[in-house]
Amino acid sequence: MQPQNGIPIDYYIWLAAALFTIGVLGVLYRRNAIIIFMCIELMLNAVNVLLVAFSTYLNDAAGQVFVFFIMAVAAAEVAVGLAILIMMYRNTKTTDINILNRLKW
Amino acid sequence: MNALFVICGLGIISLIAEIANFRKWLISIIVLGLLGAAALVVADWNTAVAYYHDMLVFDNFSLAFTGLIIGSSLLWFWTASDFFEALFHKTDKSALILFAIAGGVLMTSFNNMAMLFLGIEILSISLYVLAGSRKEDLGSNEAAFKYFLMGSFATGFLLFGITLVYGATGTFQINTIANYVLTHAGELPSFFYAGALLMLIGLAFKISAVPFHFWAPDVYEGSPTAVTGFMSTVVKIAAIASFFKIFATCFSTIAPVWYTILLVIMVLTLVIANITAVYQNSVKRMLAYSSVGHVGYILLAFLADHKESDGTIFFYLAAYAVSSLAAFGALILVGGKEENTLVERFNGLFKRNPIVAVGLTIALLSLAGIPPLPGFFGKYLVFAMAINNGMIPYVIVAIVTSLIGVYYYFRVIIAMYFKDAVAEPLKVSTSKEVLIVVLILITLALGIFPDFLIQLL
Repeated sequence: MQPQNGIPIDYYIWLAAALFTIGVLGVLYRRNAIIIFMCIELMLNAVNVLLVAFSTYLNDAAGQVFVFFIMAVAAAEVAVGLAILIMMYRNTKTTDINILNRLKW
Repeated sequence: MNALFVICGLGIISLIAEIANFRKWLISIIVLGLLGAAALVVADWNTAVAYYHDMLVFDNFSLAFTGLIIGSSLLWFWTASDFFEALFHKTDKSALILFAIAGGVLMTSFNNMAMLFLGIEILSISLYVLAGSRKEDLGSNEAAFKYFLMGSFATGFLLFGITLVYGATGTFQINTIANYVLTHAGELPSFFYAGALLMLIGLAFKISAVPFHFWAPDVYEGSPTAVTGFMSTVVKIAAIASFFKIFATCFSTIAPVWYTILLVIMVLTLVIANITAVYQNSVKRMLAYSSVGHVGYILLAFLADHKESDGTIFFYLAAYAVSSLAAFGALILVGGKEENTLVERFNGLFKRNPIVAVGLTIALLSLAGIPPLPGFFGKYLVFAMAINNGMIPYVIVAIVTSLIGVYYYFRVIIAMYFKDAVAEPLKVSTSKEVLIVVLILITLALGIFPDFLIQLL
């Protein structure tokens, strides 16, 4: 791959992959619902970084437009997610997801 | 395309129904509108027009699946009419359902990854809310939260995959990607393949294939039964249509990369879903595992011949959707207000209400694949296709798992006919009895004249 402004595209891919992995591990290992939300946002923002990098690298605006779609949808998703969390908090008085074990097997 | 406009318009009409005060007629307006949308789908048949710079293409494949989605939604509105009466926020719920249907239509007709992403999100965000619509019930809260968590997690994988594919090919259009992959076969960067596999994971979450299925039983069990019926028919049809479209057009030429992985997923789906279903005490949860299991048969058809399997998958999904709607319709009636669907609840159902019992029996027999019901022809087509393509060991696995399926479906049937009734006779409104008769007739018609749907695609 050709370097763009001195920074090779591979570096962006590794940066995004690292951010994405941190997000995935956070979702899998953290037990607090709010932190899990933040980790999902981190996953989506890793994608945004990579899309912008590819978009510049390929000289194609479509990638940057896609970033706006992702940002808008992520905002809607968090709005719904927080509403669900508040509904849960009203019934259980906690944001720890370990209590979510009523439904099993 | 016009059908999509009609569905979105109906969603907006539902939102203003509360203000303009015509709640009473809302369901009638929606049913009429959906019938209109179905007529528009028929009118568009064989046209294959592209819209918005080729971002949406309504070819016969999309129109057939759109028609199936609209048809199932119409029947669903009939089975779930109590869902709109029982709790408050009636107009919000119908608006969310209609927007979910619009998302499902986008998922069948996208020609651009952006439309795929938007379709999936429109469908999912509406359903996160619907899954939690029994606000006081902890099970419903838990279902909504798990669905939300797993849905956005899967979306993350899907988006990362889309981005890597975009980086390698420079476009989001799926036809252009397919051409690019064909002409640049040897020189694709390795992250292109990583992208394709990440998309496979993201979509496997959405179609709930093992090992990405673990959210499905919990979500299906916790959600209100009506919403579960919607998830296991309309949502499943849309998810499988988008899976098929991506992998049969976009990644068809790199089939060796994903073939083995999908083969493993298929066998795991068939075996684990069907065996776990045996151990369920709740019929709702059993149907959730059975709906995961049916994905395995669809994947078998897809793996046998991913280019030509669209007709088979379409028929299988149509048969599955009708039987599943009948089963969930009966489940809503038997479960009652407290939505108790343990197997014991079905004891002596034939004595309590013969029509519901016979309807549920036919639905379960069709899901199990007993001739002459449509579920049998669906499975027969899948197996015939797989044998023609030399997948005999996998067909044997599929036949054994469908025999396990017969066992757990018959547990419910035996409870209905041979156990003593524990409760009063089950009173059911006339509209619901007519519905069950209609569903039985559609099921039988599909079983006796399967050719019509098979030759559609």
